[in-house]
Amino acid sequence: MTPENTARTRTIIGHVLLMAGVAISIFPFYWMVVMASNTTADIFAYPPRLVIGSHLFENMGRVLDNIDFFGAMMITLIASTGVTVLVLFFDSLAAFAFAKYEFPGRNLLFGILLATFMIPSQLALVPSFVTLAEFGWIGSLKALIIPGAANAFGIFWMRQYARGAIPDELIHAAQVDGAGFFRQYWTVGLPILRPGLAFLGIFTFISVWNDYLWPLIVMTDPNRITLQVALQQLNGIYSTDYSMVMAGALMSVIPLIGVFIIGGRHFIADLAAGAMKF
Amino acid sequence: MAVEALPATAVSTTPDHEPQGRFKKFLPQYVAISPFFVLFAIFGAFPVLFSIYISFHSWNGIGEMKWVGLEQYTYLFTDPQFWAAIGNTLIIWVLSTVPMLFLALVIANALHNTVRFRGFYRVAYFIPNITSVVAVTMVFGSIFSNNFGLLNAFLQSVGLNKIEWLSQPWGIQVAIASIVTWRWVGYNAIIFLAGLQAISADVYEAAKVDGASSVQTFFRITVPMLRPVILFTAITSTIGGLQIFTESQVLLGDTGGPGGAGTTIVTYLYKSAFVDNQFGYGAAVGWALFVLIALFSIINWRLVGGREKS
Repeated sequence: MTPENTARTRTIIGHVLLMAGVAISIFPFYWMVVMASNTTADIFAYPPRLVIGSHLFENMGRVLDNIDFFGAMMITLIASTGVTVLVLFFDSLAAFAFAKYEFPGRNLLFGILLATFMIPSQLALVPSFVTLAEFGWIGSLKALIIPGAANAFGIFWMRQYARGAIPDELIHAAQVDGAGFFRQYWTVGLPILRPGLAFLGIFTFISVWNDYLWPLIVMTDPNRITLQVALQQLNGIYSTDYSMVMAGALMSVIPLIGVFIIGGRHFIADLAAGAMKF
Repeated sequence: MAVEALPATAVSTTPDHEPQGRFKKFLPQYVAISPFFVLFAIFGAFPVLFSIYISFHSWNGIGEMKWVGLEQYTYLFTDPQFWAAIGNTLIIWVLSTVPMLFLALVIANALHNTVRFRGFYRVAYFIPNITSVVAVTMVFGSIFSNNFGLLNAFLQSVGLNKIEWLSQPWGIQVAIASIVTWRWVGYNAIIFLAGLQAISADVYEAAKVDGASSVQTFFRITVPMLRPVILFTAITSTIGGLQIFTESQVLLGDTGGPGGAGTTIVTYLYKSAFVDNQFGYGAAVGWALFVLIALFSIINWRLVGGREKS
C-alpha cells in the first residue's frame, strides 16, 4: 500500500469508528421517540417494534391528563431563567472587579472563592434545607432561585475570560470620561463579556433545568414541582404505561435540546477552553 | 487546579491620596463581589458549620434536638448499610469511569485526526451530557428492563438467555454505570480533544524524525503532555462519581433496588435525612462523603499530577 492509501484507509476507519460512537450517543433518543410514539403493547411485544409509530400525540395527551405538565414546566422555566439572569449579572460583576481592579484583600477573597469549590453541595443539603425552612421558603420559588443566584464556578470562569478580553486602556478611557465603577462595568465590561456570558448562561440554564435532588427536597407542595420531579412521579406511578412515561420524557427534553442546538457549537468550544484553564 | 498569578496590569481605581478613605475608595469593588460572599455565607459556610452541629444531635427535623455527641459517627462506622453504600458507589464509579475515560481518549484521538465533520461529531457526542438525567435514566431503565427490555430482546434474538438486570446487584450496578458512562464520554472526549490540540505539532515532527513508533509517540509524548488534562478529568469524574444520586433514585427508588445494590452514598444521605427523617445522621453521612471526596482528590492528584516534581 502506498502511504496515501494508508492515510485514506485510516481516515475511513476513523469515520466508521466515530459514526458508531454517534449512533450509540443518539440511540437512546431515537428509542425514546419510538416508545413515545407507539402503544405500550407494541413496545412490550417480542420482537419489540423498532420503528416510530403513530400514537405520539395521543400519548402526549395522556401525559397532560395525568400530570400538570405545563404547570411544572412553567415553574422550571421561571426557576431556570431567574437563576440564569441573576448568575449572569452577579458573576460577571464580581468577575469584572476581580479581573481588572486592585483592592485590598483581593487575592485572599479570590482564594476563599476558589476554596469553596472543594465543598460538595450535598454536605450543605441538610442544613440548607433547615435554614430555608426557618426562612419559610420551602415550597416556594425562592428556594429554587436565591441559593443559586451567584456561584464560584461562574465567577472563576468569567474572571479568566475578562482578564484576556477587556483591555485596560478602555477602562482608563472610561475613567478619564468620569465614569464610576458600575458605569465602567455596564458600558465597557458587559458588552465585551457577551460571548462569555452566552456560555455561562446556557450552562446555568441547563444545570437548573435538569437539577433533580434539590427541587425534590425543597418543592414539597405536590402542586408546585419542577419538570424533573414531575417526570419521576409519572414514572413511579404509571410505570406500566411506558408510552406515556416516554412521551413525558420526550416533552421535557425537547426545549433543552432546542436551546443547545441554538448555541451548542460555541458552547462546546468555550467549555473545552475553560477546562484547559483550570 | 493551578491558578495563574494575577496580572500586573490590573487597573488601580484612582490615584492614592487619602489613606483613611481606603475602604470607601474600593467600596464599589466590594459591593460587586459581595453577592457571592453573602450567598455563600448563608447557603454554604453557615450550613457547613451548622451540619457539624446537627451531626452531633439526634433530630427528626421538627421536634427537639437531642445532643448525642459522637454517637452518629460511631454508629456510622459500624452501620453495614453505610459501608454497603460506599462499596456500591466505588463499584459504580470504577465501572463507569474506567471505560468512560478510555473511550473518551479513543474518541478524542479519532476526532483529532479527523478534519471533516468535526463540528457535527462534537455536537452529537455532547448531546447526551446536556440531557436531563431523569429522562435518560427512564430510557435506560426500559432498555435494561428484566422482561420487556430491549437488551434482553437482543440477547434472545442472538440465541442467548435473558438476564434479570434489575434484580441482581451486579446487573443494577452495570445499568447505573452505563448511564453515567454514556452521559459523560462525549464531555471527556471534548476536554481531551482540546488538550490534544494544544500539543504543538513540532513535538510530533521531532519524534517522527527520530523514528518513534506510534505506540512510543502515544506513551512518551501524548500521555505526558496531556497529564494536566487527564488530572482535570480524573478529579472531576471522581467527584461526580462519588455524588451519584439521580440515576439510582430514578431507576430504583429510595431503597436502591433488590439488595440495595444501587444505594449510593448520596442516596443513603437522602434516605436517612429526608425519607427516614434522621437529620443528624444525614449530616454525618454528608461529612463522610466530604472526607471521601477530599481523600480521592488527593490520591488522584498524587497519581496523575504529583510525578511532575520528580
